Amino acid sequence: MTNTIRDITTESDVILLIGSNPEEAHPVLGMQLRQAVERGAKLIVADPRDIDLAARANIHLKLRPGTNVAFANGMMHIILAEGLEDRAFIENRTENFEALREMVKDYTPERTAAICGIDPIRLIEAARLYATAERAPILYCLGVTEHSTGTEGVMSLSNLAMLCGKLGRPGCGVNPIRGQNNVQGACDMGADPEKFPGYQKLTDPAVMEKFEKAWGKTLNHTPGIKATDCFPKMQTGEIKGLLIFGEDPVRTDPNTAHVIKSLPSLDFLVVDELFLTETAKLADVILPGRSYAEKEGTFSNTERRVQRVRKAVEIAGETRPDTWIFTEIMRRMGYAQPHLTPAQIMEEISSLTPSFGGISHARLDSEEVGGRGLQWPCPAPDHPGTPILHVGKFARGLGYFRPAAYKPSTELPDEAYPLLLMTGRILYHYNACAMTDKTEGICEIAGGSFIEMHTKDAARLHVEDGEMVAISSRRGRITAQARVSEKTREGECWMPFHYMDGANWLTIDALDSISSTPEYKVCAIRVEKLTEETKHNV
Amino acid sequence: MVQFINGTEIFTEEGTTVLKAARNAGIHIPTLCYLEGINDVASCRLCVVEAEGEDALLTACSTPVREGMEIHTDSPRVISARRAALKLILASHEANCFICPKNGDCELQAVCREYGIEPEQYGRKSAPEKTRRFHPFLTYRPELCIHCERCVSTCEKATGRKAIGRGRAGLAAIIETPFGEGWDTSLCESCGNCAQNCPTGAIIERRRTKYRAWEVTKVRTTCPHCAVGCQMNLVVKDGRVVDVEGADGPSNRGLLCVKGRSGSFDFIDSPERIRTPLIKNPETGAFEPADWDTALDLVAEKFTAIRNTYGGEALAGFACSRSTNEDIYMLQKMVRTAFNSNNTDNCARV
Repeated sequence: MTNTIRDITTESDVILLIGSNPEEAHPVLGMQLRQAVERGAKLIVADPRDIDLAARANIHLKLRPGTNVAFANGMMHIILAEGLEDRAFIENRTENFEALREMVKDYTPERTAAICGIDPIRLIEAARLYATAERAPILYCLGVTEHSTGTEGVMSLSNLAMLCGKLGRPGCGVNPIRGQNNVQGACDMGADPEKFPGYQKLTDPAVMEKFEKAWGKTLNHTPGIKATDCFPKMQTGEIKGLLIFGEDPVRTDPNTAHVIKSLPSLDFLVVDELFLTETAKLADVILPGRSYAEKEGTFSNTERRVQRVRKAVEIAGETRPDTWIFTEIMRRMGYAQPHLTPAQIMEEISSLTPSFGGISHARLDSEEVGGRGLQWPCPAPDHPGTPILHVGKFARGLGYFRPAAYKPSTELPDEAYPLLLMTGRILYHYNACAMTDKTEGICEIAGGSFIEMHTKDAARLHVEDGEMVAISSRRGRITAQARVSEKTREGECWMPFHYMDGANWLTIDALDSISSTPEYKVCAIRVEKLTEETKHNV
Repeated sequence: MVQFINGTEIFTEEGTTVLKAARNAGIHIPTLCYLEGINDVASCRLCVVEAEGEDALLTACSTPVREGMEIHTDSPRVISARRAALKLILASHEANCFICPKNGDCELQAVCREYGIEPEQYGRKSAPEKTRRFHPFLTYRPELCIHCERCVSTCEKATGRKAIGRGRAGLAAIIETPFGEGWDTSLCESCGNCAQNCPTGAIIERRRTKYRAWEVTKVRTTCPHCAVGCQMNLVVKDGRVVDVEGADGPSNRGLLCVKGRSGSFDFIDSPERIRTPLIKNPETGAFEPADWDTALDLVAEKFTAIRNTYGGEALAGFACSRSTNEDIYMLQKMVRTAFNSNNTDNCARV
């Protein structure tokens, strides 16, 4: 996020929420958004479903899934046509504006509304509301990124914010609500094929030299392969050995059948895990690591805020801290890595990562920080951290408009698979449920998978609310309970991705052309009523 | 503005309440119903103070300070009014502290001790109403409720859900909690912020009966679920995490959701945890327990052989977006130094 949860919920006049259902996926942020609406902030929701916040919104644009780029371009078209853009911001702080103006020219309200399946009048109202607000943040989540055009979706929203000068100020910004507790940290820490910690590029010779010197070793200079691109390479034998730390791609990656075929093609698979997950079952060796309650460390939240994780308990058995496990593997493979405490590891991180230069466990535990964490960039021990990015100046100097054209999703409904499927998270579970399904009460409340479908689609198929149905895509076939309502649009369905017999047997492994993020949000399916015969074929 | 509290001169900003002015000056005024920014119904009347020139006592939580005000927070009249207020509250409270899970952690009990009120003398004696046990996490016991409305305000203003209401039963005001029959069709999101803010044992998480206040230690940490980064305390009894409470962090301001409060500790010491290294027997396909040296030597030997034969590009290591920064840093360092590869990534894409 460019801003903090506090400023976007307490200092905003209008909030534009797109592709995000924070009441379920980020509930404590959802609570603060409800408070913001009660306080009087106006809310624009752009989402294909009637999420609960839509009922509190001033405007709900029930977009056709996968049309975010067109939506943002349409908003910008209206803003430029009505002269609501921030001329001073564009002139002083950005470049490539003319290319943007050219790109959005064709996105008239009528054309945009037709692509997105919405009312052009409501789109115009939304554009005016956002552009004329003194302070308005854009909040987005995986409904924007999990598309084959996800990166273009993000760039288009950034264009929108720059066009209206809504960056670098409280109550504004472009704010991705990151998924997992430490997905921000995982990116920051250099678990990336092309970047060292702090987004320092492998291809920068000075950066490479710094790490080679600090680590006392000549490193491989060839950028690596993204995880999602690794799976096909397992089947071709280009990747032969893999260590997976705490991930369960069998359950969480798209096209489960494809993943199950890829992992056994490896010569050797090692999994560092808490539980015997579906992925761990395929391993040659399983190493028992530790949970967050059994170790010291830090997580970085969606606000770039580095906060402490503290050891509360030890469990019986032979589990080991994960840093100990990795250190031992390094030593046994011939790299003389000394054993370090988590605090010492953070010292090494801050010595090599300019944006973490002022972060240490001692400082995070100090009275000065007072349990409020530190937001990077925090370049020096006396730097207070950076709550809001791009104040006065962008990291690259001038903000660069990156216009993008709308492109349809990879797999759209057709005759054989006439319905569109989206996937997402529900309030009670977290991703593959490895942690949440150990709580009895949670399983009592949310024990099984379901599919939301529109009343009219259900009527055509003679499916009643609560009935079990068969769902198939070109990749797999499952059953789930139908929840019939008008929450989704006609022709569109939605499923949670938490359950083993769930949505990722159906989803497509089409990837975003830039980030290689899978298109979890759009694939084509067929729903069938279960008959006495077909019941047994599933 | 200048006021005098118990004869001491105090400077405050206009609009500040008497309670806040006193607390800022380190002067103690007891409260039960008041919750800063959330509940200011001024119903418990424990915070009453005497102001010179005023006939009636004033509730400190709801009275703004005025220039030159002279306030007494501990005059005999104030003390006597507070004792009377406590006796009234106790008249409808089943003061069977001996069996109450909040014993030792109850704000009503604490303030009764402070004012020398013995619950046995004044507490309600009727048979306890039947505790409703339907909701998987939360229970409400009306006989312990003091109608402070903290839960109502928490659900309305802090979580914004409005699942708890005010109602009437005949002449009496009642709190309408959604934890009884039909809870699963109510607005309740099971977040438990109402239970955390309840001053007595009226609304509790069911698991609260499994420990007493003096048996536990608390460890401040960050929630392991989503990226909001809520601050929370793990409540530890005999080396096990038995509960979680919300802490006042910059992104959560004391609030938690159902996953953070109820879904973040049962898994820690679950019987399903893997507790020893496991090596798959290539013939049977079954996992067999191994010691660390055997397992790590096997891993190092296999990975070294692949690296030396096919090059580092044939190896990869994926990090977990749910683990700590320190873990992830060491994992990518392992891939880059020992594997001689840059095939490292995390689950941010999926």
